[in-house]
Amino acid sequence: MKRISDEVRSGHFLVSDGAWGTFLHKKGLKSVECPESWNITRPEDVMDIASSYILAGADMIETNSFGGNRYKLKRYGYDDKTREINEAAAQISRKAAGDEKHVLGSVGPTGIILMMGETSAEELYEIFREQAMALEKGGADAIIIETMSDLEEAVIAVKAAKENTRCEVICTMTFEKTVNGEYKTMMGISPSEIPLKLKLAGADIIGSNCGNGTKAMIEITKELRSVTTEIPIMIQGNAGMPKYLNGQTVFQETPEDTASYVPDLIKAGANIIGGCCGTTPEHIKKIAEKVHNLNK
Amino acid sequence: MTELLERIAHCIEFGKINKASSYPPDMKGQDGADECTKAALDQGVPANDILQKGLVPGMQKVGIKFRENKIFVPQVLMSAKAMSTAMVHLKPFFQSGEVIRKGKFVIGTVAGDLHDIGKNLVSMMVEGAGWEVIDLGVDVSVDRFIKAVEENPMCVVGLSAMLTTTMVNMGTIVSSIKAKYPNQKVIIGGAPLNKDFCSEIGADFYSPDPQGAIEYIDNLV
Repeated sequence: MKRISDEVRSGHFLVSDGAWGTFLHKKGLKSVECPESWNITRPEDVMDIASSYILAGADMIETNSFGGNRYKLKRYGYDDKTREINEAAAQISRKAAGDEKHVLGSVGPTGIILMMGETSAEELYEIFREQAMALEKGGADAIIIETMSDLEEAVIAVKAAKENTRCEVICTMTFEKTVNGEYKTMMGISPSEIPLKLKLAGADIIGSNCGNGTKAMIEITKELRSVTTEIPIMIQGNAGMPKYLNGQTVFQETPEDTASYVPDLIKAGANIIGGCCGTTPEHIKKIAEKVHNLNK
Repeated sequence: MTELLERIAHCIEFGKINKASSYPPDMKGQDGADECTKAALDQGVPANDILQKGLVPGMQKVGIKFRENKIFVPQVLMSAKAMSTAMVHLKPFFQSGEVIRKGKFVIGTVAGDLHDIGKNLVSMMVEGAGWEVIDLGVDVSVDRFIKAVEENPMCVVGLSAMLTTTMVNMGTIVSSIKAKYPNQKVIIGGAPLNKDFCSEIGADFYSPDPQGAIEYIDNLV
């Protein structure tokens, strides 16, 4: 299989997948349940999500392992199953993806703030190493470290994945618009601060996910591109901001809305486009139609 | 005396915990909230003044700067750490009744939700505003909120949620509390929330930032 970054460098634009968390909840995951436990207890449902994104035209799909680090699993009492859960996550997505499409092992933040002294950099590295290695073993050909807000944690995660697996490493961070109109992560990091540091840590692809909707991603992409011309950029935005309607939370961007931002995202410098919270296979299908058209 | 209180406020505002702390870099080697609070008590400054004229104004500046996106989570956490270091020295005076706090604030992340960063930020800042905070933790059930209201009459309740799937649980909690205690004030906060959601579920107030919540509850007193 060609590496994702090589495909991008040969001039191709690629499509990644959409939401997993909101999809799992639609399938009946309770809010108190550990989403990653479904890799073992309900693999068919997880497989169904993975397959639906492949069918929608994604060139790569993620794994159901966003909260699969030992720290987060511990909250549900699953920490002793960390390896098993991550391996299963990658196996399921690999089965759905076949040999042609990429499997990106999803790694989310630990929820622990390094500067508060609750953990050490060494311990964090160990946590990410364990997860990345299990995902590779299960069949992932890339590791995606995503929804990061702390650059220090992101750098540690990238290093842990790069130094201990043969996977390509992707890292995407989450920015929100401040009252001053700039984009910053929760920890105060600007898009322009991340490309160099993540690249130096070993990231092959960088970008942004989650946040305030796909439209906001155009500006974020521009800022990322303003400091790096070479590294591939991946963008996975939310389907807008969630609204509460008749007892349910609804994401506002329709598949057509999301897909309508594709040309501007590409123009701003994005190479890989997918979705985050609230996006569905239908969103990915519409995005894929636009993105793949560019490769013809 | 005023100078010492101003220094305490300054330490809180800029997150200077103690002399040994290397943060912030431009205050390296200087006394922090720890030393200044101890010195103030040694000099006979009333503990209540240390809270009201030192910690509270310092933390208020933090709250305002955070709301204006001039500082971010890391700076707030350092300030909160400085504040809790100072609070340790004031603890005996809370128990003796020499320090009077504005009221009690019960806070928790709602059932099904394990996120605690936002809840902790609000909790620390409300405490820094001079309130006694009762933190119920994460994944807090309706029953536990009701029990806390029972045990702490006249408290204000704060609910936190991070997920679109758990924010819906807030509605149940608000209506259950209000059914039993119609006058109980309940305020809400969290990434996916907004004002419309607040009025739809019948909560009293929504704030997108901790400072807004503090201003609202301060006005209730």
